[in-house]
Amino acid sequence: MPRVKVPRKSTAIDMTAMCDVASLLLTFFILTATARQPEPLAVDTPTSTVKIKLPESNIATITVGQGKVFFGVQGQPIRERMLQKMSERYKVPFSAEDIKRFSLMENFGVPINQLKQVIDMKGADRNKEGLQPGIPVDSVAGAASQLHEWIYQARIATKEINDESLRISIKGDSKEEYPVIKKIIDILQKQKVNKFSLITSMEGGDS
Amino acid sequence: MAELNTGGGGGGHKGGKVRSKKQSTRVDMTPMVDLMFLLITFFMLTTTLAKPQAMDLAMPDKDDQNKDEQLDVADTRTMTVLLGSQNRIEWFVGLADNPISAPTVENYGKNGIRKAIIEKSKDIKASTGKDMIVIIKPSDKSNYRNLVDILDEMKITNIKQYAIVDINTPEVELLKRDGVY
Repeated sequence: MPRVKVPRKSTAIDMTAMCDVASLLLTFFILTATARQPEPLAVDTPTSTVKIKLPESNIATITVGQGKVFFGVQGQPIRERMLQKMSERYKVPFSAEDIKRFSLMENFGVPINQLKQVIDMKGADRNKEGLQPGIPVDSVAGAASQLHEWIYQARIATKEINDESLRISIKGDSKEEYPVIKKIIDILQKQKVNKFSLITSMEGGDS
Repeated sequence: MAELNTGGGGGGHKGGKVRSKKQSTRVDMTPMVDLMFLLITFFMLTTTLAKPQAMDLAMPDKDDQNKDEQLDVADTRTMTVLLGSQNRIEWFVGLADNPISAPTVENYGKNGIRKAIIEKSKDIKASTGKDMIVIIKPSDKSNYRNLVDILDEMKITNIKQYAIVDINTPEVELLKRDGVY
């Protein structure tokens, strides 16, 4: 019986299709990835075992670190509206250009009367460490603190534009002392915000 | 004017073009595919991992009109956790001046406060038939990490009823006495 000869096939495969798929996926991921925004206040968040992710929209973040408080809201229209309301409230005028520039700022930490100077700066200069002194959290002469007003106006703006309630999250530095955090929780509770989120990072090992 | 001379002058070939050798158009795509998958993996991981985690926290309703209104809870099933300085915890069951279980200083973590919480919650469940209530009282000397850690312990030990309450003077005294303030 003659042996059946198996024809030897080439091992080289046509990779064009695979390459197509790979580049498609790559383009998708590059486009969906949001560029990491530089933060003016770097904080080291404490770890926890919680695995719930933070929502993307309708969220305000209060960053606390080194005794300073920064505030930021997601969404440009909301930021614009918030600044308009704040400028009415504190009688600090802002031009349309200022408001446009402000809407591009992820977060900020200056008293409102210095806000214009920070808006006028270039993006890279703004985030220099120690430049922004933080939003005042103490109430002056019976009036509510500025942070209180910012949160309040942000909530109104979100309600007006998106018709949804704003979620508040606190991003604190792990070394931050409790009285500072307590002050912020008190400000939130004054507005009857009793439910908020604490931002944590992933737990490394078992502790 | 400038003209491309493709004929190669005059001599030699007569009317015939110089044929360049036909090369294969196939390129080896293996390194390209390798690189692409590497980048895909990178972007996938960074987009999903960069999102921070959020721990939801609900605070008890605070009413400015009647500040003194307090909800009474049975002291037999409340465990009070005082957050002191240097990452230490002091806990007791019952009231501060008359504790059912003596105040104990503990560390954070698996072998510290978690053990105590699990044991006590079992005891209280067995003796009263109800779940334990944990009252968290952070002192001024504790930091934010301590607060998140203890809230995390609540999640791990599955304590459903807990609250963050302001610390009062007898409890600060207690912390001072045990050297964790």
